[in-house]
Amino acid sequence: MYETIYHRASSVAEAANLMGTAAEGKYLSGGMTLIPTMKQRLAAPSDLVDLRHIAEMKGIAVDGRSVRIGAATTHEEVATSAALASVCPAICGLASHIGDPHVRHMGTIGGSIANNDPAADYPAAMLALDAVIVTDRREVKAEDFFTGLFETALEDGEIVTAVRFEAPAKAAYQKFPNPASRYAMTGVFVVRRADGGVRVAVTGAGSDGVFRHRDLEAALAANWSPGAVTNVKVDDSDLLSDIHASAAYRANLVKVMTKRAVAAA
Amino acid sequence: MGVEGIGARVARKEDKRFLTGKGRYTDDMVVPGMKYAVFVRSPHAHATIRSIDATSAKSMPGVIDVLDGKQLLADGIGNLICGWMIHSKDGSPMRMGAWRPLAHETVRYVGDAVAIVVADSVAQARDAAEAVVVDYETLPVVTDTLQALSEGEPQIHPEAPGNLIFDWELGDAGAADQAIAAAAHVTELKIINNRLSPNAMEPRATLGIYDAGDDHFTCYTTSQNPHLARLVMSAFYNVAPENKLRVIAPDVGGGFGSKIFIYPEEIVCLWASKRTGVPVKWTADRTEAFLTDAHGRDHVSTVKMAFDSNNRITALKVDTIANLGAYMSLFSSCVPTYLYATLLSGQYAIPAIHANVRTVYTNTAPVDAYRGAGRPEATYLLERTIETAARELGVSPAELRRINFIRTFPHQTPVIMNYDAGDYEASLKGAMEAADWDGFAARKAEAERRGMKRGIGMSCYIEACGLAPSAAVGSLGAGVGLWESAEVRVNAVGTIEVMTGSHSHGQGHETTFAQVVAERFGVPIDSVNIVHGDTDKVQMGMGTYGSRSGAVGMSAVFKALDKVEAKAKKIAAHLMEADEGDIVIEDGALKVAGTDRSVPWSQVALASYTAHNLPPGMEPGLKEGAFYDPSNFTFPAGCYICEVEVDPETGQTKIVQFVAADDFGNIINPLIVEGQVHGGLAQGIGQALLEGVHYDQSGQLLTASYMDYAMPRADDLPSFTVTTSNTPCPSNPLGVKGCGEAGAIGSPPALINAITDAIGNNELTMPATPQKVWAAVHSAH
Ligand SMILES: Cc1cc2nc3c(=O)[nH]c(=O)nc-3n(C[C@H](O)[C@H](O)[C@H](O)COP(=O)(O)OP(=O)(O)OC[C@H]3O[C@@H](n4cnc5c(N)ncnc54)[C@H](O)[C@@H]3O)c2cc1C
Repeated sequence: MYETIYHRASSVAEAANLMGTAAEGKYLSGGMTLIPTMKQRLAAPSDLVDLRHIAEMKGIAVDGRSVRIGAATTHEEVATSAALASVCPAICGLASHIGDPHVRHMGTIGGSIANNDPAADYPAAMLALDAVIVTDRREVKAEDFFTGLFETALEDGEIVTAVRFEAPAKAAYQKFPNPASRYAMTGVFVVRRADGGVRVAVTGAGSDGVFRHRDLEAALAANWSPGAVTNVKVDDSDLLSDIHASAAYRANLVKVMTKRAVAAA
Repeated sequence: MGVEGIGARVARKEDKRFLTGKGRYTDDMVVPGMKYAVFVRSPHAHATIRSIDATSAKSMPGVIDVLDGKQLLADGIGNLICGWMIHSKDGSPMRMGAWRPLAHETVRYVGDAVAIVVADSVAQARDAAEAVVVDYETLPVVTDTLQALSEGEPQIHPEAPGNLIFDWELGDAGAADQAIAAAAHVTELKIINNRLSPNAMEPRATLGIYDAGDDHFTCYTTSQNPHLARLVMSAFYNVAPENKLRVIAPDVGGGFGSKIFIYPEEIVCLWASKRTGVPVKWTADRTEAFLTDAHGRDHVSTVKMAFDSNNRITALKVDTIANLGAYMSLFSSCVPTYLYATLLSGQYAIPAIHANVRTVYTNTAPVDAYRGAGRPEATYLLERTIETAARELGVSPAELRRINFIRTFPHQTPVIMNYDAGDYEASLKGAMEAADWDGFAARKAEAERRGMKRGIGMSCYIEACGLAPSAAVGSLGAGVGLWESAEVRVNAVGTIEVMTGSHSHGQGHETTFAQVVAERFGVPIDSVNIVHGDTDKVQMGMGTYGSRSGAVGMSAVFKALDKVEAKAKKIAAHLMEADEGDIVIEDGALKVAGTDRSVPWSQVALASYTAHNLPPGMEPGLKEGAFYDPSNFTFPAGCYICEVEVDPETGQTKIVQFVAADDFGNIINPLIVEGQVHGGLAQGIGQALLEGVHYDQSGQLLTASYMDYAMPRADDLPSFTVTTSNTPCPSNPLGVKGCGEAGAIGSPPALINAITDAIGNNELTMPATPQKVWAAVHSAH
């Protein structure tokens, strides 16, 4: 790791200020991605601005079916929130399968979506839930937020402060983990709204990161049942291919995970 | 058996230290003035070095020096060696290319060490290492085992034309060919044994200390065999003569073979310590471990197994190409030859066997012994082949094995080994009963109703360990003898220290060796200390690998105990004015048999040191040493049964049960033996299901972290059913066989046989990842 200066911010405004004065600063949340990257000397921020101690960025609020999760909320807090489980247990289940207990107690939802790892779990949930990503400057729909591999709509110095979404009638997440990293080799988050609208978001498989599968959505909107998936063709030309899984295999997993998610929802 | 004697289920003495973070590993060692080393490593798999410029690196903060291979060569430090000579079938010696501890002419794999930076801190050394400018001219690369032998591929070492190191054979080709031609049935298979990264929990580390006052070196290192390290560094690398080089391997956090070998780093750190005048410590990070620890396996083979009309095997013919990587590591040549082809008879009476083995250089990390070393390769090949044959012949896999079992001992195979004892039927029966083999059909039907494909597979392994009779291995090309030494020192108060040349890096010697002593003298194991891992404390030893510590190391202790016992009895007889022949040792005392006369053990010990009243002419003291050279290998064997469920939609395999029925001879500590089996099974299952090293076309290692290299985790594994049915080994005084590697040797074929049974497709290579199994399921239709 190269030398760096650590700052602990106590408010969003202070964090933004600290970042403004840093030469090449980076926000630090759980550090579960950033710190290993720094240890491998692949990142060398001059300053780290720690967001974990900012009260306004923490905690889960459930009001009717409206959900707000502070960006500095850990995966463990999401996994074990009774309030959240009562309206959207799927996201609790998702959080409970991220990494291991150490990672879950440190890693945050804000860090995860800001990082937008193509194999991360939360981006699929955000996209399927039609969530709004709240920053210190604006609100961005998930649809517009995730823009590519490790790419987001965040501007320089912009801070994710929370995410908001309306809990749907039904939702479920099915993840097929990579045998080595246990990140998603393919993960599918399905949502069905009370009005019958369906969203299917896929992570781990897309060569451009998380994406919605419109054909699966259409098929499930017409017939919300696992069997509805059977005849949908999943094109593998835009899917990732690596030593763990070919695009064709991932295409298969997209269908199987969708089917199982619908069954579980 | 006493409560802590042979056969007792005693908890490991060393675990308190390990579990409370009080272990003392090489990286824990701190000496005054110590500095830190980082190696500059090649980012290319094959390149010529035009120049190395360390000018700016040397001027960076905290940097003491940057040293390269030219300086090393100028100081007379030698190349690394391979310690086992193999001759090709045309009589020519193996073609060994030069392996320089620091490359200054050519680099041959990603990670090849080019220079060492010594600095005040690791961070400063890293910064400076990045600033060393190495001008490389890249060369074409070959990483694939088969491709390395093809025409027009890059030439890796000038000494080995066509990248062929040797072309060796064992057995009678004519007899095998004849039997195959006359066979009623021949099963043919192509078998690939995947390349593995050893992944000891503790990465390699070394601390080189040069004492200019005494012109003496001390080397702390993560070694499985510190004496061998000293011998090789003295005799071949010209680091220092043995009397001026002390090697200490303190607590070592796992080796699995990878810490047998002498690597460039310990030599270079010792040399750098002398050059810079400061102690130099280096600890590998995990990426370096993936890049530079010697890998395991990597064979491509074809096999033919011939049967007569009674389903008896008449011949086995094997052709293997083994990838040894960019350089020949210390024992790399014996692994795919004498540790492999000699086991190709398995548990079966096979009249004719022939194996041809070619070894090749590639632009990959060196490949050497890894848990099992050669025997897993033989077992995987044989047990997949016989399972395939059973399917082709329409005979149950158990029956086909039974028909061919060796049933009388000793048994001379056509490939050198002479099996001394065993009862293969007993293990087979034990495993089948434990696995409820007969209930499988019902379980399969039930799984089918859930949409799951259930399969069952077995593997009957044999291995040769307890390495090894010195004269025998010498005649086969070994550069060393494989005996072991021990010294038993009884202190004046009766406590006991045992010096052993075996090295414990997870095996539990501090407990099991103490149990052997406790058994003999009736003392508690707490009063017995096992001393190992330091060339200044233990005179000589050959270390731990090849499941040799019990059969060879403990036997040396046993012999030394014989001598101590004899002397103690003489002293006791003298003290009690009894006949030496009437003295027995019971409950910590020496007694005159059939009387109530006795002296406590501690009093005999004290008497030996006060020397006030010893038998006439007897030397004072109670300390004896012994060397033990085994008369044969030991032959642990067993039957493993694996049952799996495959999810046909995802290709995910779940192991629903795993039964291991082993024959380990006499058992010193069942708890430790079970632990060894569990660990071995986890490693074998890891190989079969998860692990695999991948290089890309340009020789970059794609599996250089745990993000991409899949290690087995607890939830990948079932709860193991482990049983034993033991035939004592007649070849050593304790009747023990090795148990350290069996799990890793026997398990991969059982698992792959189970998966191929489940999916009805035999075209499957290890690791059987979900993707591969899914593809195999779908191409089976
Ligand atoms: C062993 C291991 C296993 C894992 N397994 C999984 C898994 O199965 N699934 C999964 O989804 N993830 C997994 N992760 C990643 C984990 O979820 C991380 O917590 C997450 O990716 C990053 O969150 P963090 O809070 O640690 O962010 P950090 O590492 O602190 O930051 C990540 C990046 O986001 C930026 N950032 C952080 N917070 C904000 C913010 N509020 N606003 C703007 N930018 C910000 C940082 O500057 C940095 O660039 C794993 C990680 C590890 C170490």
